[in-house]
Amino acid sequence: MEKRVTFKGWMLPLLLIAPQVVISAVFFFYPAGQAIWQSLFIPDPFGLSMQYVGLGNFEFLLSDKFYRASFVTTAIFSILVTLCSMIPALFLAVLADRLIKGSGVYRTLLIWPYAVAPAIAGVLWLFMFNTRVGVVSWYLGNLGYDWNHVLNGGEAMGLVVVASAWGRISYNFLFFFAALQAVPKSVIEAAAIDGARFWKRFWTIVLPLLSPTTFFLLVVNIVYAFFETFGVIHTITAGGPQQTTTILVYKVFSDGFVGQDLGSSSAQSVILLIVVGLLTVIQFKFIEKRVHY
Amino acid sequence: MNKTTLGALAVSTILSPMAAMAQTEVQFWHAFTGRLGELVAAQVEEFNAGQSDYVVVQSHKGNYSETLNAGIAAFRAGEQPHILMVFEVGTATMMSAQGATKPVYQVMAESGAEFDPSAYIGAVKGYYTTTDGDMLSLPFNSSTPVLWVNRNAFEAAGVDPDTDLSTWQNVGETLEALKAGGSECPLVTAWQSWIHLENFSAYHDVPFASQDNGFAGLDTELMLNGEAQVAHLTAMGEWAADGKFVYTGRRNEGGANFRAGECALFTESSAGYAGIKAEAEFDFDVRPLPYWEGVGSGPQNTIIGGASLWVMEGHEAAEYAGVGEFLAFLSSTDVQAQWHQDTGYLPITAAAGEATAAAGFYDENVGTDVAVIQMTANEPTANSKGLRLGSFDQIRGIIDEELEAIWAGDKTAQEAMDSAKERGDALLRRFEQANG
Repeated sequence: MEKRVTFKGWMLPLLLIAPQVVISAVFFFYPAGQAIWQSLFIPDPFGLSMQYVGLGNFEFLLSDKFYRASFVTTAIFSILVTLCSMIPALFLAVLADRLIKGSGVYRTLLIWPYAVAPAIAGVLWLFMFNTRVGVVSWYLGNLGYDWNHVLNGGEAMGLVVVASAWGRISYNFLFFFAALQAVPKSVIEAAAIDGARFWKRFWTIVLPLLSPTTFFLLVVNIVYAFFETFGVIHTITAGGPQQTTTILVYKVFSDGFVGQDLGSSSAQSVILLIVVGLLTVIQFKFIEKRVHY
Repeated sequence: MNKTTLGALAVSTILSPMAAMAQTEVQFWHAFTGRLGELVAAQVEEFNAGQSDYVVVQSHKGNYSETLNAGIAAFRAGEQPHILMVFEVGTATMMSAQGATKPVYQVMAESGAEFDPSAYIGAVKGYYTTTDGDMLSLPFNSSTPVLWVNRNAFEAAGVDPDTDLSTWQNVGETLEALKAGGSECPLVTAWQSWIHLENFSAYHDVPFASQDNGFAGLDTELMLNGEAQVAHLTAMGEWAADGKFVYTGRRNEGGANFRAGECALFTESSAGYAGIKAEAEFDFDVRPLPYWEGVGSGPQNTIIGGASLWVMEGHEAAEYAGVGEFLAFLSSTDVQAQWHQDTGYLPITAAAGEATAAAGFYDENVGTDVAVIQMTANEPTANSKGLRLGSFDQIRGIIDEELEAIWAGDKTAQEAMDSAKERGDALLRRFEQANG
């Protein structure tokens, strides 16, 4: 028979989940509900009047080809950020895992960038790649490459991806490193005795055993790229040049807080919520099947 | 922060409401930091020291956009300040918010403070005045674009720095000569939409938008894809392709290039004066903004950028009396003249300009009067009074994007401006719907 711990009565369990319910209600359900409600109106900025437009805000958005293009931009951006933050993190974690001495120092140094807020990370990278005084752009200039992310969309995208991914490498590193430590030594040693080389062992044993962690990081990193990167975009490119780095969440921010168009901004939040919800469902349905726990 | 300052802060936080009990408190939210922030604080202090009925409390609320947002959020929460600084781009937003703002002419009439609308310079107050002549907000810091010349860069490229640069035709030839002489940055600009479209249109007396640039109604449409504008942007696009015009960004990033002595010509606000004077290690000139000979009926007059002070609704009559006194103080000749000389912003009253001239300031600081002359040379027309467009901050963003497409060579000027019109008009229709 299954063994379960059960509570007697209702009061204690309710009391125990209450903090989480209250936090979710205040910081998620209430604002999300407000966003859905406001997305049906065109309000004036001061809240003096509101006009009911039904799905008018959504119609306005989806008929805007620049808004539709921003989905593609967001997809490219999110995939690049996820790859650029996970692959180097895994690589570094494997290296740190093989260290016998001094791995603590490396670990600490590699975790540092995570403490830097996205907007500040944006400013740091902007300084290095500043077209006039940037160290990196100066070296590139010496090599004969004229770096100009102010007009070149590809370079701008590259820069915001690197700036967004940089701090995440630390986060991903931590998880990969912990997961690597949990891989049973006996399995690896058995494979080694059978003559499997490092790469063979890595592909056939270590990576499959890391899959739960990899899956978790995939979901978390995509959510990060969708929602938390607007500080980086705001400080480095403000969505430009043209619209090459205008991702969905940046448009929510700039339409709402720069343009004072709260109706459109709310409708965009609702669309974003649906998109990320769908993405997460898809990830759990299809990718999770390939995860071995 | 150490313990002493923390303690001092705590004490002042406890004490300040008590001190305010005796006097009527007036909250003033602004967007100035650094030197400008100090100068505003000094003005407020002088006002507070000069009388005992009111005490103005100034606070910095971030940049222009953030200050406007803070004011809006505060109004929604019923905690709005008495005076809110709003940049010129937010003018239509504030005007449409009837019930949230109290027009300045009303505040002044009710408070009985000294107020003579005709004392203000037409081109400055026009931006913030209804078509009936009622002043809605008090112009505070206003500037207008001019042409900055690095004389040393001209000499280094073997070009006479005294070349006539009054027309774009001449500037075009000069850029060619500068380029040939080895200049890597013949021309750079700040605030591209403000200077090369908004001011360009006013200066050539061609419309930027229908309905008198939005002054006559919310059903306005952009007209920035007109012949004159497209011709100018086509020329700029060619200069960009040839490396004669260097694009550095949407804001005033180009200022760093110019102040470092890299660029020969720079189109920038007259308020760039303080920074350029402090940093430039070369001889510089201020010239009037160039115009195209034979296009429109230029040079008309340029328009302003900057901010004005809006009075928010929802306070006591006694407090509005204090607001009136403070605004009258800010408009007084001595205060204005000092502000104009300290900052490079335009004087808001003709008397302040005259007092500055009488004090010999323009003779000692050559070129500081170029902006004033350029603004006031002609009586403003319907095309050169200013712009009053809803969602204008976003529309400027669209214009920036489309201009970048021209500079990158992805679109012709006509294609880019047609697209800017189409996208901008969609926002104007939304604004009309929200505020109609």
